[in-house]
Amino acid sequence: MTALLEVSGVSVTFDGFRAINNLSIQIGEPELRAVIGPNGAGKTTFMDIVTGKTRPDEGRVLWGERSVSLLRMSESQIARAGIGRKFQKPTVFEDQTVRENLAMALRNPRGPLAVLFHRKTPEGAARIESIAEEIGLLPALPRKAGELSHGQKQWLEIGMLLAQDPRLLLVDEPAAGMTPAEREHTTELLKRIARSRAVVVVEHDMEFVRRLDCKVTVLHEGSVLAEGTLDHVTRNQQVIDVYLGR
Amino acid sequence: MPSDALATSARPFAPRRSLIAQNPSVLWFLLALALFTLGVTVLAEMGLVSTSMVKTLGKTLCLCLVAVAMDVVWGYCGILSLGHMAFFGIGGYAIGMWLMYARTEIIVTTSLAAAPIPPTPEEIVDAVGTQIFGVVGSSEFPWLWAFADSLALQLLMVVLVPGLLALVFGWLAFRSRVTGVYLSILTQAMTLALSLWLFQNDTGLRGNNGLSGLQNIPGYDHVPQSTVSLVFFWASAAALAAGYLLFAWVVSGKFGSVIRGIRDNEARVRFLGYHVEHYKLFVFTLTAVVAGIAGALYYPQAGIINPAEIAPIASIYLAVWVAIGGRGRLYGAAIGAAFVSLLSSWFTGGGAPDIDLGFYRIQWTDWWLVLLGLSFVAVTLLAPKGIGGLFDLIPGRRTPDRQGDYGPDDGAWRREEGTE
Ligand SMILES: Nc1ncnc2c1ncn2[C@@H]1O[C@H](COP(=O)(O)OP(=O)(O)OP(=O)(O)O)[C@@H](O)[C@H]1O
Ligand SMILES: [Mg+2]
Repeated sequence: MTALLEVSGVSVTFDGFRAINNLSIQIGEPELRAVIGPNGAGKTTFMDIVTGKTRPDEGRVLWGERSVSLLRMSESQIARAGIGRKFQKPTVFEDQTVRENLAMALRNPRGPLAVLFHRKTPEGAARIESIAEEIGLLPALPRKAGELSHGQKQWLEIGMLLAQDPRLLLVDEPAAGMTPAEREHTTELLKRIARSRAVVVVEHDMEFVRRLDCKVTVLHEGSVLAEGTLDHVTRNQQVIDVYLGR
Repeated sequence: MPSDALATSARPFAPRRSLIAQNPSVLWFLLALALFTLGVTVLAEMGLVSTSMVKTLGKTLCLCLVAVAMDVVWGYCGILSLGHMAFFGIGGYAIGMWLMYARTEIIVTTSLAAAPIPPTPEEIVDAVGTQIFGVVGSSEFPWLWAFADSLALQLLMVVLVPGLLALVFGWLAFRSRVTGVYLSILTQAMTLALSLWLFQNDTGLRGNNGLSGLQNIPGYDHVPQSTVSLVFFWASAAALAAGYLLFAWVVSGKFGSVIRGIRDNEARVRFLGYHVEHYKLFVFTLTAVVAGIAGALYYPQAGIINPAEIAPIASIYLAVWVAIGGRGRLYGAAIGAAFVSLLSSWFTGGGAPDIDLGFYRIQWTDWWLVLLGLSFVAVTLLAPKGIGGLFDLIPGRRTPDRQGDYGPDDGAWRREEGTE
């Protein structure tokens, strides 16, 4: 396991408030990693930094074998480099069909001219259909994404993430709004993906995290409070105090 | 995910459905346009439609074309450009320069031909310069007119100048991620700067006199205006048809999907790996070029172009037409432009009878703008789909392209709602 993503000594301040404080995290490939922590711990902000949405004040974010700095790249370059993201609040294109949403995410050339002259291929369609089947939205392919339920939108966004075929998947609270059966399906899916890729999952649901059965990082006030197996971190007194005990 | 949702089979993959099959409205639009063109031609030949009416209708078709372009940039890509009429005007100036130069040259040559010594080419150019620039107290040809003697080069300018201006302006604006109201203001500033520059006498485009006599096609003086007007009318109809097809193709398929995504949530599109700025630049420039072409067809029918045509308000009107027609659907934009601009010339041309309220007399030439403003507000608030939205009321149209149950679980839309 080599480090695919290396975040070291990163800090971010919003109007004088330190949301991320000297944070260091390493993610290997393949790896499944759960990130937990109380509200406002900086979990989403961590993903914002990696995906280029937020620029840190200091620190390094290095990516891949050649250790390129992500801090100099734009959001779209980072995405093309192989980092995909699912947002905390499901953000799909509500005005477009499920098929269009997936087609847009599908791994293909991204330039305007390539897209303008893009022709649908049977392989692309087959891939969309297999993803749709995986996320249980096969019958919903021709429907507008805006008509989907909250849980289905979550699934669609996971599907878009799969369609991008990234090396690193950042998944922010995937199980919110899902039924227990769907949660189970999500865990299975994430574990399967993590066999060949790096997956970082932010989740509040401890049962969900337990089923992921992976290394856990606890964030608190913008830095790592504890790291290790779930049993290891849940025995940590500080973790109990700030997160579990409440 | 409930597995029973998988029971209904998905629609089989349909590769390469043609543009028309995907958007039946394209066919209807082209059909309506063809019928309209034919009808006007026949009526004009029979003398039932006057030459000036043919010109008005031809100009209207050009306005429809620029409105369709505006709809692509605003309605589909979400860039509220309030500067596209500047590109339209530039197209008009570019063709106007050749029209004016070539015609003046013919007149000058004919009048000098009677002279005992045949004129040298320099003398002809000088005489043409005096003719054209006398009104601004000059006779020198400014550098802007370097290619004015060549129709081919000026036609190239019709697309090149708006395209380059849009490319440079868009590159600067989009690169610094200027969006929303700020971008609109910036485009207004661009138009304002351009029109103020054109208003100056020493710019080389005859200041506020503008270019005139554009309805006279050099070398075709023997052809009556009734014929010239019909030819331009057909050309405008053909350009509208071609532009409509082009844009229908651009906004359909994956490209359309990406630009609508940019309109609704550009950050999300970025996180999918698309270089949003390149897309905006592409759409902005392409629509500017089409606006230039529309302008080049419009002004020979109008006969005159002056800097007032490029005033910021013109571009605002364009946005109003598209909003009233219904943005986000190409035919809506075309209908809005035709409807509002024709209505506008009816009201401002004194066609509408004044209304006497006893204590006050509503004169439409003054009050039309108020009416237009009010309708704009009303449409924006009450009927955001605009006139185009009326087409959704046609029963049986737009049968939802979907099957299976609506709303497999709670919280999803109900069957009734699913049909929109
Ligand atoms: N753009 C921003 N401007 C100002 N403050 C911000 C911004 N983004 C995040 N914050 C603040 O930074 C802190 C960390 O936020 P973040 O969203 O990363 O927390 P989180 O761990 O994802 O919490 P949750 O579990 O509620 O999703 C919060 O206090 C938040 O208010
Ligand atoms: Mg969060």
